[in-house]
Amino acid sequence: MKNRHTLSVLVEDHPGVLNRVVSLLRRRSFNIDSITVGHSEQPGVSRMTIVVLGRDQEVEQAGKQLYKLMEVLKVTDVTPLNCIAHELALIKVAAKSQTRSEILQIAQIYNARVVDASPTTLLIEATGPEEQVDGLLNMLKAFGIRELVRTGPVAMMRGTSTVGVKEGPRPDRELAVAGNGTVAISN
Amino acid sequence: MATRSTALEEHPSAQPPGSGRSEERSLLTGSEIVCRALEDEGVETVFGYPGGAVIPLYDALPKAGFHHVLVRFEQWAALAAEGYARATGKPGVCLVTSGPGATNLVTGLADAMLDSIPIIAITGQVIQPLIGRDAFQEVDITGITLPVTKHNYLVNRIEDLAPTIREAFHIATTGRPGPVLIDIPKTLFLQKHPYTPAQTVHRRGYQPTSVPNIRQVRLAANAIATARRPLVMAGHGIMLSGATDLFRQFVEKTGIPVAHTLLGLGSFPESHPLGLGLMGMHGHKHVNDALDECDLLLNIGARFDDRATGQVSGFAPNAFVVHVDVDPAEIGKNVHTDVPVVGDAAEVLRLLIPEVEQEHRDDWLAWIDSRRDRALDEALEERPAWPEPYTIIKAIAEATDGEAVVTTDVGQHQMWAAQHYGFDHPDRWITSGGLGTMGFGLPSAIGAKIGRPDREVWAIIGDGGFQMSCNELATAVQENLDINIAVINNGYLGMVRQWQDLFHAKNYSEVKIGAPDFEKLAEAYGITGITVRTDAEIRPAIDRARAIRGPVLIDFVIEPEANVWPIVPPGAANSGMLHQQRYEG
Ligand SMILES: Cc1cc2nc3c(=O)[nH]c(=O)nc-3n(C[C@H](O)[C@H](O)[C@H](O)COP(=O)(O)OP(=O)(O)OC[C@H]3O[C@@H](n4cnc5c(N)ncnc54)[C@H](O)[C@@H]3O)c2cc1C
Ligand SMILES: Cc1ncc(C[n+]2csc(CCOP(=O)(O)OP(=O)(O)O)c2C)c(N)n1
Ligand SMILES: [Mg+2]
Repeated sequence: MKNRHTLSVLVEDHPGVLNRVVSLLRRRSFNIDSITVGHSEQPGVSRMTIVVLGRDQEVEQAGKQLYKLMEVLKVTDVTPLNCIAHELALIKVAAKSQTRSEILQIAQIYNARVVDASPTTLLIEATGPEEQVDGLLNMLKAFGIRELVRTGPVAMMRGTSTVGVKEGPRPDRELAVAGNGTVAISN
Repeated sequence: MATRSTALEEHPSAQPPGSGRSEERSLLTGSEIVCRALEDEGVETVFGYPGGAVIPLYDALPKAGFHHVLVRFEQWAALAAEGYARATGKPGVCLVTSGPGATNLVTGLADAMLDSIPIIAITGQVIQPLIGRDAFQEVDITGITLPVTKHNYLVNRIEDLAPTIREAFHIATTGRPGPVLIDIPKTLFLQKHPYTPAQTVHRRGYQPTSVPNIRQVRLAANAIATARRPLVMAGHGIMLSGATDLFRQFVEKTGIPVAHTLLGLGSFPESHPLGLGLMGMHGHKHVNDALDECDLLLNIGARFDDRATGQVSGFAPNAFVVHVDVDPAEIGKNVHTDVPVVGDAAEVLRLLIPEVEQEHRDDWLAWIDSRRDRALDEALEERPAWPEPYTIIKAIAEATDGEAVVTTDVGQHQMWAAQHYGFDHPDRWITSGGLGTMGFGLPSAIGAKIGRPDREVWAIIGDGGFQMSCNELATAVQENLDINIAVINNGYLGMVRQWQDLFHAKNYSEVKIGAPDFEKLAEAYGITGITVRTDAEIRPAIDRARAIRGPVLIDFVIEPEANVWPIVPPGAANSGMLHQQRYEG
């Protein structure tokens, strides 16, 4: 069965690394749902959050293929782990004077903020789990969504666990199997 | 020069380091840095072809400490580098210009990638200010070759040149080997910088596993202890690891028979009672029968390619599978694996041998032997009048005592060679397995002969493939290489014709291929050409070719519609293999 998997990928911050990662996933026929890239807590290391659709075993294979890229330091499938996965959405919704207060109320329910307004629109910024953003959009649909941009999720484990890499040999033991140990990797 | 340096040594304080003239003297051009870095990697030969972007580099070549072989087409430079690497175990190097020179390398890189061969490709790039502007002969070669290289680089600063070359060799030759490309803008060749021999390579993201987990090794040993009909699938990785001696110890101790993949030929002697020979699509009947019957399959250094496995659901259906591979991504990729052992084959065998018991498996071996197809041997007894492909291969094997380096092209002749030469040593069998690149035979023979001048080299080539790369005869002549070329001439793109014969109702569409008179072609290149049209001429022609120094071409004119038997039809399991109904005599 195909599932959505969220991969946290730590990479060396080199030119072309995003291209390498995306090209590899395309070549292995992976559909990327969303991908975000930005700095991590370590200088010179970027963190990608990639959401892909695939069978557990396929995603594990993708993780192992990603490890073949020289720039890839760590791949963790955080899907089954206890983590926070939030995205950011900017939503420009049509608003007349009669509907404005209703929209504001809905935004409040979803913990979203109004960041800009015009006589005919409101610009709402929402963050949270994807389902929460979906819910908000569903409620706003009736008013007319003029424009929408979503980042796709970024994810981080709860509690003290981290996906960070330590200096030293690459922990091949942790080969992307976090959570879906369909094939046990020996090292 | 000499006096000045003496003066310096006598009065070291006269010119502090880093000042004026002394700095001038220690500066090298980018071109010289490339040469020095290659020399420091022990490079003896570079296969290349010049052009605009690399003219400054070629300017430095006459003084370089390695030999440059001028090929006639860049793709063959990559394949010659592969032939060199496959024959010597050392990385092969090729060097070409930007644009069309670089794109001509792509097939060669893909070939090396699929067969895990360490080659280094150096491409010139347009000057830096022009990059990204569709300049004359600009192509994004690092973009183009992303999926067909283990890694690639566009070098941006002259100070990165030497360390990049060092790192490229490290990456190409360690872990699972593969091709690495270095793209160097012309600007850098012309700049100057001091040369510091590069330091050891450390890359956070590249730490290949070599020593396996001992628990996995013990699980493998347990599986061997309890198996009744175990079989080894011996792959190319055994030779890439340099593990053939350890592998032989292991096989002789455990008494487990060995099935070879196409690229695994040479990992264990075929003449040994436990060496079975080729498995898979064109594997021997008894080998594929053994795969069907085995209760333990121990894959060492093979990647379960579909030509080896046939339809996966019917592959080794009764077997518990142990897979030893240095690349964790190969585990479970194609075939379900019960015990993965990630590590270098030699390291794994070193740990595994003490864990296993001495055993003999007479019943199992007798069963396998009983499954041999004797019809072919019998047929060969009554030799037909025309040169029969199996007979040719066996005659070359006999004449060379099975000691020659044999390269092939791609097609029927390749399979006949794989089935019937009988490989007893590593580094003697050089063939394009994963990509099946036609044209491979001659350039790889050139590379192999240059790498191993002490070895006899035979290139066994189809008439189709030979017409793709026969321009390299000029290179062989220019380098005065003592290679023997056996063209197996059926007048057809034989392998494709065979498929049309068996699976497309003999609809021979675009497979009849004309050719020049190869004997005359050889003469035009100034080398000896011999044509063989009868069985009786085979051995004398081979002996004559061996006696002549320099390249020799033998045109073996064979029965046009001879087929390779057996064959597993595409999409079928190995057990569904088709056999020759009767000898096509
Ligand atoms: C016309 C044609 C017909 C063919 N028919 C057949 C056929 O009948 N039978 C057949 O078998 N093939 C056939 N092939 C070849 C086939 O396509 C594959 O190339 C071949 O099966 C691959 O063999 P391999 O897995 O041993 O080698 P490779 O593909 O080179 O794989 C080597 C494996 O070893 C691993 N490795 C590398 N270094 C080490 C190390 N140090 N330690 C441990 N592991 C290591 C690698 O990670 C890789 O998994 C045919 C090809 C052509 C062109
Ligand atoms: C570059 C390339 N193009 C096409 C093919 C497909 N192909 C595989 S075998 C073959 C026929 C080869 O004919 P020939 O060289 O005469 O060898 P034969 O099979 O007759 O021995 C072809 C066309 C290929 N492997 N490589
Ligand atoms: Mg032919």
